[in-house]
Amino acid sequence: MAKVHVTTRINGEAREFLCEPHQTLLDVLRDELGLTGTKEGCGSGDCGACSVTIDDRLVCSCLVLGAEAEGAEIGTIEGVAGAELHPVQQKILEHAALQCGICTPGIVVAAKNLLERHPDPDETTIRYWLAGNLCRCTGYDKIIRAVQDAAKELAHSA
Amino acid sequence: MGAYAYVAPQSVDEALSVLGEQASSGTRAQVLAGGTDLLVQMRSIDRGARTIIDIKKLAETNRLDVGADEIYIGAAVCSALMNEHEALKALLPGLMEAGDLIGSTQIQGRATICGNLCNSSPAGDSIPAQIAVRAVVDIANASGGRQLPVEEFVTGVGTNALEDGEFVLGLKIPRPAENSSDAYLRFIPRTEMDIAVAGCGVSVTLAEDGTCSAARVAIGAVAPTALLVPAAAEALIGSKLDDAALQAAGEACSTASSPITDKRGTAEYRRKVVAVLCRRAAAIAKQRATGA
Ligand SMILES: Cc1cc2nc3c(=O)[nH]c(=O)nc-3n(C[C@H](O)[C@H](O)[C@H](O)COP(=O)(O)OP(=O)(O)OC[C@H]3O[C@@H](n4cnc5c(N)ncnc54)[C@H](O)[C@@H]3O)c2cc1C
Ligand code: FES
Ligand code: FES
Repeated sequence: MAKVHVTTRINGEAREFLCEPHQTLLDVLRDELGLTGTKEGCGSGDCGACSVTIDDRLVCSCLVLGAEAEGAEIGTIEGVAGAELHPVQQKILEHAALQCGICTPGIVVAAKNLLERHPDPDETTIRYWLAGNLCRCTGYDKIIRAVQDAAKELAHSA
Repeated sequence: MGAYAYVAPQSVDEALSVLGEQASSGTRAQVLAGGTDLLVQMRSIDRGARTIIDIKKLAETNRLDVGADEIYIGAAVCSALMNEHEALKALLPGLMEAGDLIGSTQIQGRATICGNLCNSSPAGDSIPAQIAVRAVVDIANASGGRQLPVEEFVTGVGTNALEDGEFVLGLKIPRPAENSSDAYLRFIPRTEMDIAVAGCGVSVTLAEDGTCSAARVAIGAVAPTALLVPAAAEALIGSKLDDAALQAAGEACSTASSPITDKRGTAEYRRKVVAVLCRRAAAIAKQRATGA
């Protein structure tokens, strides 16, 4: 079976990898590149644990082939924090908006992408934007508060 | 899993020649757009090896044009991108809301309405909305291509009119006349991320005095394929889209439907709900067409 050679950028760095033609981007990130921050919940597009961005668009990496990353710019949870945590991460901690944490990387990537596109979202916008990120633990309210707070923080620092 | 292969052709001719080779050698090829149906199926009900032909690198499939006479939505244009186009949203709000109903933000970052059509599920949300706005499927093949109205494209549950060697380039939609608009509504047991129990797309054009001069009504999830319902449109045309006309159009939708009973709803329930959706969608389309 011929492997596919892919040249891409991940979190701003040029990367190359070989993958099976039917291997998902999620499996490539985790199993070939050691980027295990991106999680697998369902593998079928329902839970959002595998959220990444492709050319700044939020997607489920379990529904993208590794081969489709050719020439694209991929953003994963590993690229979110700089020297300090991103405000979305910091506020999730402050609001105790996580328990087991399996959904958290996906929520952080999705919420960061939301705030880049809609810096001042109302609660309904946040809830719909994150509707594809399931959380079994928190009951969501704390996550929503954390994202609202992060939006405020980003507005101040802008 | 057998021998999979992945190709991303750079031109329509190259895509057609890969499809042609597969057809003549009897091996399996499958077109990939957003992958939100295809990858789910590949992991569950359909694991067989095939050559995956990614059509997202073609100029033609990435077209998104709002012309003076015609709107073109390429087969690689994801729902999110479509919904960021302000002119499209103003002209085809119903089709855009159907795209916006398909899955989560993440799904809409990949899913295309042409993929929704080609997957040909009875519950595909954008299909009735496409029919309502007179969308025509632009099909590429080795003999220069062909065009087919959406209502003739889906032939059964999961089957469509595409022949071996063909794929969809995009949808052509006549630019709506002045004082026209559309709407799509579906009913699902939850408010997000579920499969339609019934859906209805309506487009209307109003004359100066508010009389409905043209209309199209299409229903989804209540028959093996989405259906155009001419009797429902006839009930609207010539009326002021008053309650009696909406009632008659809704009844025509119930009559045209042949729903199944499953865990999401009984046949009787679906027949009722589709009438309600038709009335409400027509009222929304009317309100939008009057610019309110
Ligand atoms: C979590 C989740 C929620 C969803 N919610 C909804 C929903 O609410 N409503 C709904 O209707 N659907 C829903 N879907 C299904 C799916 O997202 C849609 O049907 C979507 O529009 C498919 O588009 P795609 O571009 O991803 O298609 P793909 O998966 O790429 O393709 C679908 C099928 O069409 C064929 N195909 C695609 N493009 C072409 C082409 N240009 N020419 C020829 N053949 C082609 C493929 O070979 C495949 O058989 C959901 C899916 C998921 C995973
Ligand atoms: S693992 Fe991708 S959506 Fe659940
Ligand atoms: S914190 Fe456990 S699933 Fe969200």
